[in-house]
Amino acid sequence: MTTIPKFTRRSFLISSAAVGGGLALGLRLPPFGPAVVRAADGSPEITVWVVIRPDNSTAVRVVRAEMGQGTITGLAQLVAEELECDWNRVSIEYPTPGESVARKRAWGEFSTGGSRGIRQSHEYVRKGGAAARMMLVQAAANEWKVPASECTASNSVITHKASGRKTTYGKVAEAAARLEQPKDVPLKDPKTWKIAGKPLKRLDTAKKVNGTMIYGSDLKMPGMLNAAIRDCPVFGGKVKSFDAARVSGMRGVKKVVQVGDSGVAVVADTWWQAKTALDALPIVWDEGANAKVSSADIAEVLKAGLDAEQAFVGNQAGDAKAALAGAAKKIEAVYAYPFQNHACMEPMNATVRWTPERCEMWGPTQNGEGAFAQVLAASGLTSDKVDVHNVMLGGGFGRRGTYPDDYVGQAVLIAKQMPGTPVKLIWSREEDMAHGKYHPVMQCKLVGGLDAGGNLTGLHMRLSGQSILAAVRPEVVQAQKGRDPLTFQGVFESGEHSFGYTVPNLMIDHAMRNTHVPPGFWRGVNINQNAVFIECFMDELAEAAGQDPVEFRRKLMAKHPRNLGVLNAVADKIGWSKPASKGVYRGVAQMKAFDSFVAAACEISVKDGNKVKVHRIVAATDPGYAVNPAQIERQVAGSFVYGLSALFFQECTVKDGRIEQTNFHQYNSMRIAQMPKVETILMPTGGPIWGGIGEPTICVAAPAVLNAFYRATGKRIRSVPLKNHGIELV
Amino acid sequence: MARLTVNGKSHEVDVDPTTPLLWVIREQVGLTGTKYGCGVAQCGACTVHVNGLPMRSCQVPVSAVGDAKITTIEGLASGKVLHKVQKAWIDHEVPQCGYCQSGMIMAVAALLKAKPKPTDADIDASITNICRCGTFQQVRAAIHAAAKVA
Repeated sequence: MTTIPKFTRRSFLISSAAVGGGLALGLRLPPFGPAVVRAADGSPEITVWVVIRPDNSTAVRVVRAEMGQGTITGLAQLVAEELECDWNRVSIEYPTPGESVARKRAWGEFSTGGSRGIRQSHEYVRKGGAAARMMLVQAAANEWKVPASECTASNSVITHKASGRKTTYGKVAEAAARLEQPKDVPLKDPKTWKIAGKPLKRLDTAKKVNGTMIYGSDLKMPGMLNAAIRDCPVFGGKVKSFDAARVSGMRGVKKVVQVGDSGVAVVADTWWQAKTALDALPIVWDEGANAKVSSADIAEVLKAGLDAEQAFVGNQAGDAKAALAGAAKKIEAVYAYPFQNHACMEPMNATVRWTPERCEMWGPTQNGEGAFAQVLAASGLTSDKVDVHNVMLGGGFGRRGTYPDDYVGQAVLIAKQMPGTPVKLIWSREEDMAHGKYHPVMQCKLVGGLDAGGNLTGLHMRLSGQSILAAVRPEVVQAQKGRDPLTFQGVFESGEHSFGYTVPNLMIDHAMRNTHVPPGFWRGVNINQNAVFIECFMDELAEAAGQDPVEFRRKLMAKHPRNLGVLNAVADKIGWSKPASKGVYRGVAQMKAFDSFVAAACEISVKDGNKVKVHRIVAATDPGYAVNPAQIERQVAGSFVYGLSALFFQECTVKDGRIEQTNFHQYNSMRIAQMPKVETILMPTGGPIWGGIGEPTICVAAPAVLNAFYRATGKRIRSVPLKNHGIELV
Repeated sequence: MARLTVNGKSHEVDVDPTTPLLWVIREQVGLTGTKYGCGVAQCGACTVHVNGLPMRSCQVPVSAVGDAKITTIEGLASGKVLHKVQKAWIDHEVPQCGYCQSGMIMAVAALLKAKPKPTDADIDASITNICRCGTFQQVRAAIHAAAKVA
């Protein structure tokens, strides 16, 4: 189970230690050997990832954020596997970014996005577990004066078989903590795993069924006040004036404060009082240059990019232009994908206490270090005087990563105006809808050329639209001479998002057209639209070639065996080679994303030409390695809820410079009645690279359903969401 | 000043009578298991039982509650014995982030009280809570499992 922050008076006053399951950094210096670092309860740290308590239980350190994807359980499994500890007595501790900074980033990367939680930390956390096991065994061997090689460890017990002696990790932990860490730390062959790779239960379920799991918006501290905020609804606008006197006499109201250039917050005893006063507060905005921008304006700009001369190249082969000019048959289509809000169930929030000596933030973040940097910048203090305490996230999906001008910085700016008082800022759902970091808007023109035999000889995929990195990581774009490589996820020339087809003459390029609407990493990021574009167009090409869509794809996939492997797996399981039941239609899609290979095949029926029932989705994932198959199944099924909600319902439209949708009544999300049966095929094939899980499959749901919809109705739908075409999900 | 019975305990709360029950439960009574998700009765994260019936507490002004008995997620278990829905939720590992699950569990507990053996169609008609993580496949399995428990 996770450690829940306890805000006792004492821990609050000492504030830097022991809160949020953090670690006390009291270095104890023995006369000889390295210093022992102790956890808050005094138990010794063996390696930075492992604390062994005297009662023989284990605390595993995790710095990646848990937002429901199961990463804390998976990471703990990997550490426990190598540690050979008793899995039933494992708990989690979250070191803070401040502690990590003070120890030269001992825990590495905190950022939890891009499906990286496990795939990019598995090696060092496993080594942390293995090194700890070696040290514990060595400590026992030293005590028994036998070679460590004669001792074995299992279930937190060390055995010297020859003499029959046994001891526990808890008993030798103090001695082990004083040993030098081994440099050569071999890891187990995953084929021998007993804890990792198994569908073990999550560590954090019990508290989620009885109301005791504490999320950021649930935090309570002595003397805490609550804040509600409104930022200028037009992105880029500013506060001109506000009439605090009109609300300052309202019940519970303590202060009305400006937040940066663009926000106004009311601080009150309770959040409901703060929100009520904020609703009554007259605010005059300087809406700035974007005050008249509409979705139609943005669409026009993107449309122009479809035929623009200048574009950044993401993938090319041969001479696409010549091949298309000489093609026996040419097919062309234009697709579009909208802005979308993440709409995490828990609106954005952060709790901050600021004094001239110290500033701390407690709240949900997918990137503790990013939040730390934001607290540092907004607080005006030095890095030794700030810290961030992560708590369970009520959903993340990329929204709680690090973005400019966001909730963490706001909370600090508010708390700074109430020195010494902890202030909990919670956004209303309306504020959350108005100030998302939106899925980027994109259009795409595809032109394909077939020869007389129906072979794809040339393909030009022109993307036109927004770059996330240009807005949030401009240094990456600069380093690529203006190109945003992430725009090409799933169709890129190489790497974790490489294209899964071989086309002899290929051009995939991007006309960057940025808007005033701030973009963000939205579960799956750019694979969502790229999968719709390329995988629906593949079906269009197959039809033009007079070929079966799966057969047509297979011919282009000879050099992409793992893409082909997942495609074949879903085709087999859905029964692609046999006809579907009467009135049922099928579609497929495949992609490589976040270093995992994924494919989906679905079965749908359509009533009255517009009422879509998705009966079944078969989804295959080859992530290389599977750490917890039960959680992978849940991530896959959940990704389809997120992805199909986006396909059918979700669009954030812009009018007068602001987002029009204010709440779930205009931004719908799938309910249980609309949930298809999801059958997950998990087919890890090993190899040197570990793939991600949280995001990849999300992108194959929409094109599979769109392709099935065409087969059912004869209608190609080329823009999302389907509600704009009068199509319903039933 | 209003008097409120939550999970069998009486509470005196000094709030504006228009304050939604959700916020009184969270901020005056101090029980934070009941969640704010939308404030407009769309998502169901704030579902509690009012005299045994599921209500979206964000849309119930505290003045309308009177002496009705309110049960929140914290009061669903009988002491340390979990409600069968909570138990099924653990067995099926339903929650992902878990934020919506208090409301989901309360909605399901009310459904099983009204219809002890719900069909899939009953579930579809009654359980309309939003879960952005997308736990519905496990939710459905867990409801059927809980329904099998006497």
